[in-house]
Amino acid sequence: MTAPLVEMKDMCISFGGVRAVDHVSVDLHPGEVVGLLGHNGAGKSTLIKILSGAYKADSGEIRIDGKPVTINSPRDARTHNIETIYQTLALADNLDAASNLFLGRELTTPFGFVDDDAMEAETRKIMGKLNPNFKKFSAPVKALSGGQRQSVAIARAVYFNARILIMDEPTAALGVHETQMVAELIQELKKQGLGIFLISHDIHDVFQLCDRIAVMKNGQLVGTALTHEVSDDDVLGMIILGKCPPHATPGPGALVDDTALG
Amino acid sequence: MSDSALSGSPAPTARTMFAALQLDTRLLGMIGAFVVLCLAFNVVTDGAFLTPRNIFNLTIQTVSVAIMATGMVFIIVTRHIDLSVGSLLATCSAIMAMTQTVVTPEWLGLGLNHPLTLPITILVGVVAGVLIGAFHGWLVGYLAIPAFIVTLGGLLVWRNVAWFITNGQTIGPLDANFTKIGGIGGTMGETWSWVFGIVAVLAALSLQYVARRRRAAHGFPVKPFWAELTISGLVSASILGFVATLNAYEIPERRLERMFEARGETLPDGMTMGYGIPFSVLLLIAVAVIMTLVAQRTRLGRYVFAAGGNPDAAELSGINTRFLTVKVFAIMGGLCALAGAVASARLGFSTNDIGTLDELRVIAAAVIGGTALSGGIGTIYGAILGALIMQSLQSGMAMVGVDAPLQNIVVGVVLVIAVLIDIIYRKRTGE
Ligand SMILES: Nc1ncnc2c1ncn2[C@@H]1O[C@H](COP(=O)(O)OP(=O)(O)O)[C@@H](O)[C@H]1O
Ligand SMILES: [Mg+2]
Repeated sequence: MTAPLVEMKDMCISFGGVRAVDHVSVDLHPGEVVGLLGHNGAGKSTLIKILSGAYKADSGEIRIDGKPVTINSPRDARTHNIETIYQTLALADNLDAASNLFLGRELTTPFGFVDDDAMEAETRKIMGKLNPNFKKFSAPVKALSGGQRQSVAIARAVYFNARILIMDEPTAALGVHETQMVAELIQELKKQGLGIFLISHDIHDVFQLCDRIAVMKNGQLVGTALTHEVSDDDVLGMIILGKCPPHATPGPGALVDDTALG
Repeated sequence: MSDSALSGSPAPTARTMFAALQLDTRLLGMIGAFVVLCLAFNVVTDGAFLTPRNIFNLTIQTVSVAIMATGMVFIIVTRHIDLSVGSLLATCSAIMAMTQTVVTPEWLGLGLNHPLTLPITILVGVVAGVLIGAFHGWLVGYLAIPAFIVTLGGLLVWRNVAWFITNGQTIGPLDANFTKIGGIGGTMGETWSWVFGIVAVLAALSLQYVARRRRAAHGFPVKPFWAELTISGLVSASILGFVATLNAYEIPERRLERMFEARGETLPDGMTMGYGIPFSVLLLIAVAVIMTLVAQRTRLGRYVFAAGGNPDAAELSGINTRFLTVKVFAIMGGLCALAGAVASARLGFSTNDIGTLDELRVIAAAVIGGTALSGGIGTIYGAILGALIMQSLQSGMAMVGVDAPLQNIVVGVVLVIAVLIDIIYRKRTGE
């Protein structure tokens, strides 16, 4: 097997006294969807924010295509073709869809001025593919529905030829139909060979979309498993109790259960 | 604005036709309030308020605060505040006063009223303002000291640094060319004012035309043609009306005589001349155009609004919000220097108390002009209109003979009411 697209090894970060991410190692291959699971506060968002450059890890190593990289800022992450859909969406509410889509990467005219018309045209194009119902191109995103805002955030992540896509609860604000659209999009991107970290609370989504899962609890990795080798109950046991089922690879956070051994 | 309003419904009502103009209703509201204010003062003063002379004076009195208000828009949009602008104006004014009365004539040996004095002085002042502003921005952005505190300190520091620079003295008389940017002492004259007005009209029309053509080329919805024509007409009429008004204020005969004498000629009988556009107003127009361009057409402006709307989102998009803060305060500092130049040039000398309480006027102008203290929202033209409204209110009350304390009470009340109306308006429109 070739080197993984992304390897995060032994990542640690604490805020004050809280060890938000505690010696976590995960990896991701091209064309693979890895589900990150765990309770609220388990450290999932924090872990992926290290990869997206929002936080700087206290220790640990990140490799991309087998080569160690340093990611000190969101800009660094972008140069490695890492794109992120944040749980909070990270949209500037007062700007329109096109300004948000191109924020930090504006298209400019030959004189160096921002080219709003070109950006709107590109936004119309990609929205036509992702969410054909989207019509409010000149309104600030504040005026959009939850689903429309989500589609702006998704459009921003997929527009710039991502190789590594991070989706932090991308369907949390969506209805059934829109959730289905996101699922189809994930499958399409997977076919194109992107590696995707998907954080989700919906076990059904996870089983439908993910090749592997990684479960976190209290900042630690409980374990990783191939989705088709574990059951719903196994996964729930990992999330709730931190108990690693037989087919999973245990991590530092796995419950060491003496009584189970008899 | 919904798309159906753009294509026009089958039976055009007054409402849909108005919607097709796609005017900024907030701006219209402000202009409406301003017009009502002016008309009211005009009635109370028996027509003295809306004379070319008073309009001319209002315009030149507004320039200094308006220049700073454009910078305050960026500051407030990025969720900061600058309480030091009045003091910073004083420091820049003191530096420029010393530059033109001591540095260029004596140290550089250029003598008095040398043509290079004006550009050197302005350059020195602006560099000083930018550096001080950048320093404030560094304290706010990199050391994370709240802007309120940094600039509250700045308010005390720079007022008194100004005092040390001048040894507490009033410095003057200022350079003859320098004082021309103050107001009545330097105007374009009727002919050049008309030339300027016509160029401005042509520029506005071609901008409108280019914007429409580009939208159409991309296949975006455009306004109906009659709506574009209406707007063109309104814009052209406003520009030319403004020029006509300033031209209509005639230079007093005695002064005209002296001007002709200075050129070794005698004033022909019955000849009159209007002042035209003051250079200070020209400077304000230039500042307004550049700041609007920065706000709407540059990355810097886009980041200012993004960081104001959602600082985290801006950061996560790879925007260096700390350095952005430095830039925004540096711009404010530079504008304080320009405002200081205009203010001291208008007086003819630089005093210790120059710009006192300007921070309040500038913040009020920006806020009345629709800049939201919660960040992310504000326009340059709004702030300038806000400055004009404040100045009109103050001058109008002075003309009517309202006592100074009562004037301040009214201005304070108007500020609060303006913000209240703004909050209600934004709730209604869901903006
Ligand atoms: N910027 C921060 N400052 C302080 N604590 C934080 C910060 N971000 C996350 N945390 C803490 O880290 C832990 C993990 O949070 P998070 O990664 O958001 O969990 P999840 O995404 O799994 O719900 C929580 O205890 C949270 O309070
Ligand atoms: Mg989270």
